[in-house]
Amino acid sequence: MARKISMKQAINEALDLEMRRDPTVIVLGEDIVGGAGAPGEIDAWGGVLGVTKGLHAKHGNRLMDTPLSESAYIGAAIGAAACGMRPVAELMFLDFMGVCFDQILNQAAKFKYMFGGKAKTPVVIRAMVGAGFRAAAQHSQMLTPLFTHVPGLKVVCPSDAYDAKGLLIQAIRDDDPVIFCEHKALYGSECDVPEESYAIPFAEANVVREGKDVTIVSYGLTVHRALEAAETLAKTGVQAEIIDLRTLSPIDWDTVIESVETTGRLVVVDEANPRCSIAGDVAAHVAQNAFGALKAAPQMVTAPHTPVPFSPVLEDLYIPSADAIVAAANKTTARALAA
Amino acid sequence: MTNNPFPLPKDELLAAYRTMRTIRDFEERLHVEFAKGDIPGFVHLYAGEEACAAGIMSHLTDVDRIASTHRGHGHCIAKGVDVHAMMAEIYGKATGACRGKGGSMHIADLSKGMMGANGILGAGAPLICGAALAAKFRGDGGVGITFFGDGASNQGTVLESMNLAAIWNLPVIFVVENNGYAESTSVDYATAVDSYVDRASGFGLPGVTVDGTDFFAVYEAAGEIIKRAREGGGPALLECKMIRFFGHFEGDAQAYKAKGENDYNRTNRDCLKIFAGRVTSAGVVSAAEIALIDREVAALIDEAVGQAKGAPLPSARDLLTDVYVAY
Repeated sequence: MARKISMKQAINEALDLEMRRDPTVIVLGEDIVGGAGAPGEIDAWGGVLGVTKGLHAKHGNRLMDTPLSESAYIGAAIGAAACGMRPVAELMFLDFMGVCFDQILNQAAKFKYMFGGKAKTPVVIRAMVGAGFRAAAQHSQMLTPLFTHVPGLKVVCPSDAYDAKGLLIQAIRDDDPVIFCEHKALYGSECDVPEESYAIPFAEANVVREGKDVTIVSYGLTVHRALEAAETLAKTGVQAEIIDLRTLSPIDWDTVIESVETTGRLVVVDEANPRCSIAGDVAAHVAQNAFGALKAAPQMVTAPHTPVPFSPVLEDLYIPSADAIVAAANKTTARALAA
Repeated sequence: MTNNPFPLPKDELLAAYRTMRTIRDFEERLHVEFAKGDIPGFVHLYAGEEACAAGIMSHLTDVDRIASTHRGHGHCIAKGVDVHAMMAEIYGKATGACRGKGGSMHIADLSKGMMGANGILGAGAPLICGAALAAKFRGDGGVGITFFGDGASNQGTVLESMNLAAIWNLPVIFVVENNGYAESTSVDYATAVDSYVDRASGFGLPGVTVDGTDFFAVYEAAGEIIKRAREGGGPALLECKMIRFFGHFEGDAQAYKAKGENDYNRTNRDCLKIFAGRVTSAGVVSAAEIALIDREVAALIDEAVGQAKGAPLPSARDLLTDVYVAY
């Protein structure tokens, strides 16, 4: 039965269900239980924002707090995965990949290929992504393109609680390494989520709004900005179709292409920086594969080519806004509507 | 019947010698073949260091896991990886241990507990902590051994892993293969402590330094700390001081070594000679038995090279396979 829960609760529930189902699932990370070795309460934190709170009481030492040694424990999760476990490691902020990237880039991503197909590394690395928390340049980045660039990795970024639960369950069951990106500004967002277990297959984009005039492709937080933009556009008679990619690697090209073939117009919204971004990738793919269907040049709405600023007034300018999406959509439709 | 003063029965002594001889011949032959230009890429040879791999691996079974280095052929052979598949891999052939997609620096056989040679120095230490963690959860008694050189001993991954293994009481042995050179840079220059035992103690780990050219010294020290780890006593460090007969990689002119250093070591510090000398002079193994193994191994390596050279190359479609389990 479905009830309204937050994305944070949905992630917690997915972990709980998978740990109950499969004894090889273990969860490790910094403060994921909280208070290890300290004189106060056990499960003091349940993760820095409380996502794993309460799981220790249910699953005991299958949740392990780690020292602040990202290379060691992310590597240990990868090593354990290569030895038959299904570890879920929490990297806290994806920005911290800088201190442990070798284990992801050169180890987990490469084993299967480099060892001639004889390895499997079913590890999930969960991490917070995205801006909006006034957390500045080292705790706010949308680094998804760095991971989609790497063959051997899968990259997931849900936009709501329903998808977060189903995609995380799929990620844990998946036999390849998965980077699971959780937008911190969505943790509190609620929607209807079934109590039971369900998995959402990868590479199945979600058409969250149907429309005939312009295709808006996005993922994560900016899906909601696109929905706001669609409301505004609708008032001017422009019907936007909004596609939530859900998984960035693998990616559901078919749904994107089919939509563009109907609308003839494309706007890609990406909270990542613009160069070599998901936005650039989608725009290029559509230009190459659906050029004949395009009635206007594809538009990209992204963060600027800057680090994430601290001051709220600047950070608000940094994140792609609904207004910017409306403007980009209007740019693609201007000629047609003016005609 | 002669008394056996060694800690291993005769058949295990012969097996250890066969392992070391196989590594030596494998590497000496690669040195020759590489110079002919038939072998692509980088090759880092383990010749001179055989006693370390053989002495440690004598205590392990397939349930135990090792993480190796760029200089990994010796670890692979001692852990039981098929020599023919290894040779074919180094030649980039479809019949290779990794179907020609890994090469010398990435030979792996997970079914043998060999988690891969590794082109990234120090990367094996976190991975083996994970292997040991998996063994602990399974309760299968497996231990994890991570090998790294004096060079990689200065990687943060190794130091972080020592701490992680210590606080989680993981069955991990950190083996420093100290051959004195990080590529061309001396250990005296690059490592601040005189003994890796001091470094281990900084992480609360017991440590021991042995003469890595002495199979028996390695065997006994490794046996003790592996047994301790297997029984839940936690991680430890083993420093093997050893000799690298060749350069960092093939093609290295070794100008950084002292004049005559290689010749001196070949004459006086060859772990195979030392081993054979001891077991024959004790009367436990005969010179004829040693000579027979030498002949058999020489034939095996000949056969492996012959097969590798004649083996099929990967096909164009292999380029795109095995990136994911499913995508």
